[in-house]
Amino acid sequence: MRPDLSHRLKAALLLAPLLAFMLSFFVVPLVTMMKSAVSDPVATEALPRTARALSGWNRTDTPPSSAQTAFADDIRALKNDEQFGDLVRRLNSAQSGFRSLLGKTRRALDGSSATDLASIDARWSETSWWVTIAEAVASPWTDKNLLAAIDLERDAAGSITAMPEGASANRLIMIRTFVTSALVTFACILIGLPYAMVAASVEGWRRQVLLGAVLLPLWTSLLVRTAAWYVVLQDNGLINATLKGLGLTSGPIPLMFNRLGVVIAMTHVLLPFMVLPIFSVLIAIPRNLMPAAASLGAHPLRAFLHVLLPLSMRGVVSGALLVFMAALGYYITPALIGGANDQMISSVIAYYATGAANWGMAGALGLVLLAMTILLYAVYMRLTVEEQRA
Amino acid sequence: MRPLPIIKLIFASFVVIFLLGPLVAVLPLSLTDSVFLNYPISGYSTRWFKELVTAESWRLSIVNSLLIGSGTTVLATLLGTLAALGLRGKRASLLVSTLRTVFLLPMVVPAVVLGVGMQLMFARYGLTNTYLGVIIAHTVVAVPFVLVNVSSALQGVDVRLEQAAASLGAAPPTVLFSVTLPIALPGIISGALFAFATSLDEVVLTLFVAGPNQRTLARQMFATIRENISPAIVSAAAVFIVGTIVLSLAMLAIRRRMA
Repeated sequence: MRPDLSHRLKAALLLAPLLAFMLSFFVVPLVTMMKSAVSDPVATEALPRTARALSGWNRTDTPPSSAQTAFADDIRALKNDEQFGDLVRRLNSAQSGFRSLLGKTRRALDGSSATDLASIDARWSETSWWVTIAEAVASPWTDKNLLAAIDLERDAAGSITAMPEGASANRLIMIRTFVTSALVTFACILIGLPYAMVAASVEGWRRQVLLGAVLLPLWTSLLVRTAAWYVVLQDNGLINATLKGLGLTSGPIPLMFNRLGVVIAMTHVLLPFMVLPIFSVLIAIPRNLMPAAASLGAHPLRAFLHVLLPLSMRGVVSGALLVFMAALGYYITPALIGGANDQMISSVIAYYATGAANWGMAGALGLVLLAMTILLYAVYMRLTVEEQRA
Repeated sequence: MRPLPIIKLIFASFVVIFLLGPLVAVLPLSLTDSVFLNYPISGYSTRWFKELVTAESWRLSIVNSLLIGSGTTVLATLLGTLAALGLRGKRASLLVSTLRTVFLLPMVVPAVVLGVGMQLMFARYGLTNTYLGVIIAHTVVAVPFVLVNVSSALQGVDVRLEQAAASLGAAPPTVLFSVTLPIALPGIISGALFAFATSLDEVVLTLFVAGPNQRTLARQMFATIRENISPAIVSAAAVFIVGTIVLSLAMLAIRRRMA
């Protein structure tokens, strides 16, 4: 018992540093991102008294007079300009006009003990402004970003409805991400399956060359490969120059900043992930299966369709899952080779995070992408585990 | 004899050209004397390689990449090797397979998603725009490669050798440092090389976590392609490609020597 215990303790001590590191810098960031998608703490933190005063209000009658006093107290208590700015942004994004209203109210309340807000601005006697505040302080959590990520919103009555046409393009971008990833996966199967079959059918240096051609790009920097495609695909790049030199075209064919360029470059990058799984399945197939089929009178095509192709399907499925999963989250290649209409979900997430500083939306879209990826990964893991058992 | 081998040959050649062609085609342009990235090359010069080492933005980014890459290599190799030793010889239990999955997950999670989370969290602890922050971010995605490489190397270590050393009176640390680790060294070295290469090529997390002072070579290349493409990018690419070939040969040599 004792040596076993000390052995376990030793293993735990060896694992502890990486476990702590991954929890702190991998799990916590992901949780932070997910939390930012559903949290909306600005109003609840800035207006605690108002939150209590409005908690029992039905949002249709005139708000209770205690709410006015509470709100005035909350605003006076806000000494921090940054917090006030956050509150203004939060409320103004829900109902425009809050910027001027809050600014005016804060200046009037500063240094005075007035509680009659309507005398500062007549808008405080309208119910709609109080409804917005009540909604903002009701909960530090929100489903607004998650709904917006799939082009939904809540209407005035609080039920979920589709956003008006043209208000948001997230669904369009998700469909585009799926279509591009599917095109890339399809292109990889189309090229990768026969290529792996050829590589598995030859031996010696020929196989080494064919596999080396797959591995070398895999080891080469992604940016180098993207830069290379940039040079090859541009309007006066190698392909267009060759076509023109051969007299096949008069002007350049646009190969870049469009979907075609993105699919070509992404297929190049992801092809190894298709070829290698198929190849590893194919070399495990007994070599005498095809001759056996032939000896039983099967035409080579028939033998191929009924013997080799079904057996290689496991590799194709693994490869397709890997390629599709990687393609979904692609950022660099579409950002550099694609045009404005080829940007995928990752680009939108990056825009919300670095361009617009809208962490809620970045988190919500990130959550959608993460969920899709993990789902595909789980399917992939299940398949490979079954394979190992088989 | 049959048309099939010829079709096979033509098809395979096309795919090989598709895979390697762009990389090969781009190399001569690194020696162009023009400011455009076009064929035909009017004259040859090394001006763009000189630009890499003289222009402030490129020089700084190369130094940064070496610094951050070294830091990542050390941290990832240390953490990954310790964990691989901890996971060694464990029977497949739910805990062990969960740990393994969590450790390998950074390979799967989209970089942009991780980047957003890291930026949010790092900002809270003052890690954004610091070298340490970038090294930590790179280590998260580099560790899986170390773990995979070292684990497979440890699988090849014959337990009887360690038992023999212990029975001859070697203390556990002596066994580890004189028997186990030297035998697993090729795996550790290739894991370290993978970690360095991962850091060198990382762009997305760097975009989210690094400031202008931590601009790495990959980040600089990304900006150059995006904003004002110049032949310097191809010179940088040429350095990368030659470096990749040298590293792969080194790895092969180490494997062969140790085997």
